[in-house]
Amino acid sequence: MLRLPEFEYHRPETVDEAVGLLAGQGLGAAMAVAGGTDVYPKMKRKQFRPQAVVSLAGIDGMDEIRDEGADGLVVGAGTTLDTIANDATVAERYPAIAEAVGSVATPAIRRMGTIAGNLCQDPRCDKYDQPLEWRESEDWCWKAPSREGFPPEDVTEADLPCRVAPGAGRCWANFSSDGAPAFIAHDAEVTLVGGDGERTIPLEDLYVDDGINPLDKAPEELITQLRLPAADGTRSTYRKLRPRAAFDFPEMGVAVAVRQADDGTVEHARIVYTGVGSCPKVADEAVEGLVGEVPTADLVEEVAAVASRGTRPMDNTAYHPTYRKQMAGVYAKRALTDLLELA
Amino acid sequence: MSESVQRAEPEAAEAFDVVGKSLTRVDAWDKVSGRVEYADDVDLARMAYGKLKRATRAHARITKLDVSAAVAMDGVYEVITGEDVPVVFGIMPAAEDETALAQEKVRYVGEPVAAVAAVDETTAEAACEAIVVEYEDLEPVTTIEQGLADPVDEAIHPDHGQGEGNVDRLGSLEFGDVDGAMATAAHVREDVYFYEGNTHLPLEQHSAVASWDPGLEKLTLWASTQVPHYVHRQLAKALELPPRRVRVHANSVGGGFGGKTDPFPHQICAGKLSMLTGRPVKITLNRDEVFYAHRGRHPVLMWVKTGVDEDGRILALDWKSFLDGGAYGSYGPATTYYTGALQTVTYRIPNYRFRGTRVNTNKPPCGPKRGHGTPQPRYALELHLTRVAEELGMDPIELRRKNFTGSHELTANWLEVTTNGVAECTDRVLEASDWYEKRGKLPEGKGVGFAVGSYITGAGLPIYWNNMPHSEVQIKVDRSGGVTAFCGEAEIGQGSDMMLATLVAEVFGLAPEDVALETADTDTTPVDLGSYSSRVTLMMGNAAVEAAQKAVQPVLEAVAAERDIPMERVVARNNRVYDRQDPDNGVEFAEAVKIAEAEYGMIGAVGSYTPPDHKGHYKGAGVGPTPAYSYSACVAQVDVDPETGHVDVEKVWMAHDVGRAINPGLVEGQVEGSVYMGLGEVLMEAWEFSKTGQHYGPSMLDYKSPTVGEMPEVESIVVETVDDRGPFGAKEAGQGPLLPVPPAVTDAVWDAVGAELYETPITPRKVLAALAGRHVGPTEVPDYAFPEPDHVDVPENVEGW
Repeated sequence: MLRLPEFEYHRPETVDEAVGLLAGQGLGAAMAVAGGTDVYPKMKRKQFRPQAVVSLAGIDGMDEIRDEGADGLVVGAGTTLDTIANDATVAERYPAIAEAVGSVATPAIRRMGTIAGNLCQDPRCDKYDQPLEWRESEDWCWKAPSREGFPPEDVTEADLPCRVAPGAGRCWANFSSDGAPAFIAHDAEVTLVGGDGERTIPLEDLYVDDGINPLDKAPEELITQLRLPAADGTRSTYRKLRPRAAFDFPEMGVAVAVRQADDGTVEHARIVYTGVGSCPKVADEAVEGLVGEVPTADLVEEVAAVASRGTRPMDNTAYHPTYRKQMAGVYAKRALTDLLELA
Repeated sequence: MSESVQRAEPEAAEAFDVVGKSLTRVDAWDKVSGRVEYADDVDLARMAYGKLKRATRAHARITKLDVSAAVAMDGVYEVITGEDVPVVFGIMPAAEDETALAQEKVRYVGEPVAAVAAVDETTAEAACEAIVVEYEDLEPVTTIEQGLADPVDEAIHPDHGQGEGNVDRLGSLEFGDVDGAMATAAHVREDVYFYEGNTHLPLEQHSAVASWDPGLEKLTLWASTQVPHYVHRQLAKALELPPRRVRVHANSVGGGFGGKTDPFPHQICAGKLSMLTGRPVKITLNRDEVFYAHRGRHPVLMWVKTGVDEDGRILALDWKSFLDGGAYGSYGPATTYYTGALQTVTYRIPNYRFRGTRVNTNKPPCGPKRGHGTPQPRYALELHLTRVAEELGMDPIELRRKNFTGSHELTANWLEVTTNGVAECTDRVLEASDWYEKRGKLPEGKGVGFAVGSYITGAGLPIYWNNMPHSEVQIKVDRSGGVTAFCGEAEIGQGSDMMLATLVAEVFGLAPEDVALETADTDTTPVDLGSYSSRVTLMMGNAAVEAAQKAVQPVLEAVAAERDIPMERVVARNNRVYDRQDPDNGVEFAEAVKIAEAEYGMIGAVGSYTPPDHKGHYKGAGVGPTPAYSYSACVAQVDVDPETGHVDVEKVWMAHDVGRAINPGLVEGQVEGSVYMGLGEVLMEAWEFSKTGQHYGPSMLDYKSPTVGEMPEVESIVVETVDDRGPFGAKEAGQGPLLPVPPAVTDAVWDAVGAELYETPITPRKVLAALAGRHVGPTEVPDYAFPEPDHVDVPENVEGW
């Protein structure tokens, strides 16, 4: 079987201790691990070669869901996907989140994997998420390190072939978190703790459009919690395109949240995609056409079409990018239609 | 050797004690509790761990192979390369073209080039990384079209092949006069289909443990294999050992489906490394390596042309197959002919031409997968005939009924049909599915599709030519009241152990649990050719029943004499031997054995089975014959989303003619497994490669095979035709029910939304393309100059059809 390589293992008991360990090891030499469902398989395939692993499992109080009433819901970073998917409050107030995290991988993985791990998962590419020998056979790529110390410092991105978009000068690995679009659709804020203290930002601001490192945070910064504002009548859903009803990462996923006034006027709406680019795609411009309107089927179709135009799937997953882009429109339309009860 | 086995007792089904009942398998507890020993569970003292260094180029000459850094590593015991294992081997004598490690050139990404034995897996893996291989690339061949064209640099096998360049195999046969009959046809139609390749995906990775005994100079191999006898032969050959100094033990197999019917490099390398190190050596493949071992379904491009009269009767059928064989021969000669052999077994085709070729490509070798070479032509034939019927304005079922073969007839290509349940299967499945209330009548998006199929119950000929039995069983009767059956059969999950125990138990009047089994070991058990071609229940079963009947005879005679019972009235049932007319006059079975053993000495017997001679005498006539054909008919109901192209299979009905169900529960299990596998092939599984010969994704995540979430309800209908050729009338169930699933689902998609598809898998994107009016699938086949067909006269009874 594939074996884990040797590594140092640290199990701090506080967030500050963990941050200190991660900062002390130097860039790239240490990795934080919570459930391990993303990190360990990639270590086995030698996609990650950390000298040290800092486990977050020993830090108390990171795995709670706390109902703060009018202030919303706080979800600890270490809460498992299974816990969130089966939480009655989440299912009632934030259904897109329950649906999204409940659709991740398989039951066994959801019981190990944490929400922060899901939000921070390494973007995927079918030219990169492969065994070592496979990547060697393809002459590697910017994202696929062959061995320790690779790529060497004098090599630039332009020197390495990208099998997905040659000459683009960037990595197009596909952001594949199911959780992120659902939390963003519900306007979640994320709290991070690093060497310079704590900061809280909108979750969507955590991400940048980069297939190698899509997280706008220092390597030692840890997510400690997510805060969801009070649902306040918002309805939501998550729709996931994938070949099979289990296992598969999203070929395209869309979280849609809407809130309507009593007369049907849309007061607030968000459409957020995953699996169609290197970071979550927030279609705020598209929903501008919806807010303030009493929705009709035609309007929903138009809004969904505009939303899907902002997606940029590349040819690095199982389904063809043209099909995924087409489905981005269909799935958003269907989600809106159901939420707005237009069918 | 007996061709037909009759029970000594009354013939009616209710007269059976264990046959025909869904009893729990004798190996059930071991399987569900984890107690069963798979090859990777074998753990021997001083054992070393082996790994294979695999090629990273699809087609290349090896210009440098430096193992010195690996040899120098702590914990590395031995490193071998091609020169240590140079002997050419292969499962079929006609296609021996492999070596355990590459010699001078590599032919697919993943081909083994060196092997390491080390103290543990981590060290072995590091040693493989330390081996330096440099290559000079040659132009890779990755498609059928490229395989038929002149090689750019050089042929994959410059010294092999029946045709030019990369043409590995050729078959060209004509039965009757196709062109003449076609000219008289009222209606002629041609179609082109492509059936995508796919792989077995067994849950258990291949594994082998080899242990060399330097004192006896004898090698023992524990292996995950369906064919211990063939591995025995090939291991001895590849390692240049006398076969009597090689012992192969097949462990329980965690899924084979045809993927473990070849001798494999890891088995030979484990043996060689054990011989060199004096340690047992275990090699268990990683999941990606299972994809490279492959031997799966050939991608096949097919052209079919049919001429029918005004009533829809087939006058002539013309067929071409183009197989993508991958880098090596494997079962390729048989596969090539199988794509043309069984069309005639379901439909009367009085004039039939088959032309087929298999090309080598720089991909892992293709071989046999469940249905071996017949699901591809079945897909094309069933969909094609439905098109023919529609063009004639006929009900596709009616057209089929007009052309169905019957019982006890010879086909145009000289295949001998015995019992034939195709019409009954059709009736039963149409009735169960409410077909005529659904076809063309369901709401938009929903539809039903239909297809039939047929498969062999064991290949009529062995892999290597010989005139010995195909299966042999030895039985020892013990004074404890137990019976032990010895047979080389390999339990691969299909239930062959339960078949052996059940059939022996039936004859002795015992329960299956009372029959001890000693199986799949070339030292301790007589030969059975292996678990392939759906042969075990019939062939092993006939040998087992013969052995059991011979072994029980002295027991019956001894009790008859002791208790003064006329021989024709003495029976062994319910753990007793007694007078049928006076059941109180008898003894417990153990007592009966004691009486017999005192009278005759050791009680035991052997049985053997050889299939009947095949009727055809032409090149290629060895592929297709079998003692008996199974038949299946299938209806699939789908719900197609016209906006996304997603096909949801709602339910599958399958009627299967199994001759007699020795264990109906196991038959249903095989039907359900076949449906699952057929659904994977038609809906999502694809054997895809880049232009450089790189596998798209050798993992269970990237290779899309259905989960329980895609599995519909399956209604299995067991049809019994009681065939004299099988033990108590049994035929096969393990492969045949796969065949009609892909065409039935595709036909159902047409019924649901009017999308015509001419290739597998029918992915959502293809369904949308078809709905948009585009032709999905190939439109033509290469203009390849096949040799002039060998002309064969059709059997006389064909004239009277």
